[in-house]
Amino acid sequence: MKYKSQKVAYWFFALSMALFALQLVYGFIMGFAHAGFDGLHSIIPFNTAKAVHLNLLVVWLLSGFMGAAYYIIPEESQTELTSVKLAYVQLISLALVGVAAIIGFHFNIWEGRKFLEIPRGLDYLVVANVLLFLGIILTTLYKGKRRTTTSLVLVMGLFFAALLYLPGMLPFDSQVTDSFFRWWVVHLWVEGVWELIMGGILSFLLIKLTGVDREVIEKWLYIIVGLTFLSGVLGTGHHYYYIGVNKIWLVVGGIFSALEPLAFLAMALFAVNMYRKGEKKHPNKIALYWTLGAAIVSFVGAGLLGFAHALPQTNLYTHGTLVTAMHAHLAFWGAYAMIVMAIISYALPNMTGRKFNDTNIGRMAFWFSNIGMIGMTVAFGVAGVAQVYLERVMKMPFMEVQKEVEVHFIVLILCATLFVSGIVMYMIEFFRHGRPTDEALVKN
Amino acid sequence: MLSKKQARTFFLGGTLVTFLAFIALTIYSFSGSQDQTNHENITEAVIRGKHLWETNNCMGCHTLLGEGGYYAPELTKVIDRQGEGYIKAVLMSPVPWAPNGRKMVAYGFSKEEAQDMVDFFKWIGEIDLNGFGEVVGVDRTRSSLSE
Ligand code: HEC
Ligand code: HEM
Ligand code: HEM
Ligand SMILES: [Fe+2]
Repeated sequence: MKYKSQKVAYWFFALSMALFALQLVYGFIMGFAHAGFDGLHSIIPFNTAKAVHLNLLVVWLLSGFMGAAYYIIPEESQTELTSVKLAYVQLISLALVGVAAIIGFHFNIWEGRKFLEIPRGLDYLVVANVLLFLGIILTTLYKGKRRTTTSLVLVMGLFFAALLYLPGMLPFDSQVTDSFFRWWVVHLWVEGVWELIMGGILSFLLIKLTGVDREVIEKWLYIIVGLTFLSGVLGTGHHYYYIGVNKIWLVVGGIFSALEPLAFLAMALFAVNMYRKGEKKHPNKIALYWTLGAAIVSFVGAGLLGFAHALPQTNLYTHGTLVTAMHAHLAFWGAYAMIVMAIISYALPNMTGRKFNDTNIGRMAFWFSNIGMIGMTVAFGVAGVAQVYLERVMKMPFMEVQKEVEVHFIVLILCATLFVSGIVMYMIEFFRHGRPTDEALVKN
Repeated sequence: MLSKKQARTFFLGGTLVTFLAFIALTIYSFSGSQDQTNHENITEAVIRGKHLWETNNCMGCHTLLGEGGYYAPELTKVIDRQGEGYIKAVLMSPVPWAPNGRKMVAYGFSKEEAQDMVDFFKWIGEIDLNGFGEVVGVDRTRSSLSE
C-alpha cells in the first residue's frame, strides 16, 4: 500500500464479505424449497428469499467494486483520495440502504421486478450514494498526477453502471416495455459496463502480479473492452426474442450473441498469456489463482454457457427455465465474484502488512469453492435440461416436472455445501489478516 | 500488430456505432406499426393488475413472458391453461394454495383485485411472442389426439 487513504477499501471489502455470507444463507433456503423442504415458507417465502439472494449479490459485488476503486485509483493516479471522511459516509449509507431494502423484502415492500426489487424511495438513495462515490473517485482522478488507461476504464465502467441504473426507474403501463428496459439495466450491466470494471481490475492485477509492461497490458485492455461493447450492446437482443417485441431482434440478438463469447475468450487468453510472459516472481500466489481463475471461469460460465442458450432456436425452449439459473451462477461467480475475491486477496496483505500469500487454507478456499460451484452448475444444468424436455417438449405440467427434478436439488445442496466450505476458508483468511494499518505503508 | 492508439479507436468507434444502432432499433421496435402487444387493450384494470403483480413480487416465484423465478408455474398462458375461475380461486384463497404440495403465498385477494389480475393475464395471453406462446401454452394438436 502506498497511500494512507487506500485503507478505506478494507471496510468496503469487509461489508462485501458480510453480505456475501448472508446471500448464501438465502441460497440454501431456496435450494431446500426446491428440494421439497419449504418449512420457512410462512416467514421467508420463496420470492423473499430470491429477492434477498439477488440484491445481496448485487450489493456485495458493488461494494467490492467500490473497494477496488478506492484501492486502485489512488495508486494509479498517485495521490490520496480527496476525502476519506466522505468515503466512510458513503460506506455507511451504502450498508444502511442495502440492509433497509433487505428488511423491506421480508414485509412485502418491493417493486417486484427481478434484480430491481429495491423500492422507488430507496432507489433515490442508491443514486445519491453512487453519486457521492463517483464524486470522490472522479475528483481524485482529476487531481492525480497520472491518468492511466487502467483507471480510466475502471472509472468509465463505474460511471456507466450508475447511469444505466436510471432506465430501470422509468415507469411504464405495459409489461412488455417494462421488461424491455429492465434489460437495459440487467444485461447492459453484466454484459457491458461491468465488464469494463472487471477489465480494469484485471488489468491492474496483471500489471502488479506479472510485471509485464503496462503498455502491453493496457493495449489489450482496449481491445477486450472494445469487443465487449461491439458484441454486448446489440447482444441485448437475446432477451428480446420472446417478450413481445418484433422479430428483428431474433436476427440481431442471434448474430451479436454469437460474438459475445469472443470478449470473454480474449480476456482469458490475455490473462493466461500475460502470466506466461511475466516473471512469476510475485509472492502473492493466492491473488494470482483468483485473477487467472476469474478470467478462465468467466469464459466458461458467461461465454460458453451463455452462448449455449443464446441462439433463438434454443432459447425458444430454454427461456425462463433452470437452464438460465445454471448459466447465471457460473457467469456471476466467474466474472464478478472471483474478480472481487482476486482484488481482495491482492490488497489485504498490502493493507494489513500480514503476508498470508500462499497458505494451504487459502489454496483450499480457491479449489473447494470452484469445484463446489462447478458441481452446482452441473446440478442446475441437469435439472434444467430435464425441465426443458419434459415441460417444453413433452408438455408435462410444470408442477409434475418439478417433482421429477427435485432430486437434483439434493445434489445442488451437497455441492453448495462444498462451495460454502471454500468460502468459509476464504473468510477465515480474511479475518486472519486483521485490520489495515499505516505501518503497512511502503515508500517508493 | 495494433498500436495502443488504434486499439482505443477500435473501442470508441465500435461502441459508438453499436450504441447508435441499438437506439435506432429500439425506436423502430416501439413504433406503432411494429406493436405485437395490442397496446390499445391496456385498460385501467390491466394496469391495476400489473401493479398487483409488482407490489407482491409474483415474479419472485413465477415466470411471466419467461422472466422471473423458476419455482412456480409459467403464467404467460395461464388463462388458456386453467381458466378464469381457477385463477380467481388461487388468488382469493385464504390459505396457501398448494394442490401439488408446493406453497404459494396466501394473498386472499378481494373479488375486484382477482378480476384485475385476470384482466392483466388476459392481455398478456394475447401478445404475439414470436412462437414462445405455443411452447408454454396448451398444445391443442396433441390433446385433441390423446383424449
Ligand atoms: C412463494 C411463491 C409464490 C408467490 C410469491 C406467488 N405464487 Fe402463484 N403459485 C405458486 C405455486 C408453488 C403455485 C402452484 C401450486 C400448486 O400447483 O401446487 C402457484 C400457482 C399459481 C397460479 C395457478 C397456476 C397454474 O398453472 O396452476 C396462479 C394463477 C398464480 N399462482 C398466480 C400468482 C400471482 C398473481 C401471484 C402474485 C400476486 C403469485 N402467484 C405469487 C407460488 C407462488
Ligand atoms: C458475466 C457475464 C454474464 C452474467 C453475469 C450473466 C448473467 C445472467 C443472468 C443473471 C441471467 C438471468 C437474468 C434474468 O432473467 O433476469 C442471464 C440470462 C441470459 N444470459 Fe447471461 N450472463 C452473462 C453473460 C452472457 C453471455 C456472454 C451470453 C451469450 C453469449 C449470455 C446469454 C444469456 C441469455 C440468452 C439469457 C436469457 C436466458 C433466458 O431466456 O431465460 N449471458 N444471464
Ligand atoms: C450456497 C450456495 C447457493 C445456493 C444453494 C444457490 C441457490 C439458488 C437457487 C435455488 C436459485 C433460484 C432459482 C429459481 O428461481 O428457482 C438461485 C438463483 C440465483 N443465484 Fe444462487 N445459490 C447459491 C450461491 C450463489 C452465488 C455464489 C451466486 C453468484 C455468484 C448466485 C447467483 C444467483 C443468481 C444470479 C440467481 C438468479 C438466477 C435466475 O433467476 O436466472 N447464487 N440460487
Ligand atoms: Fe444478456
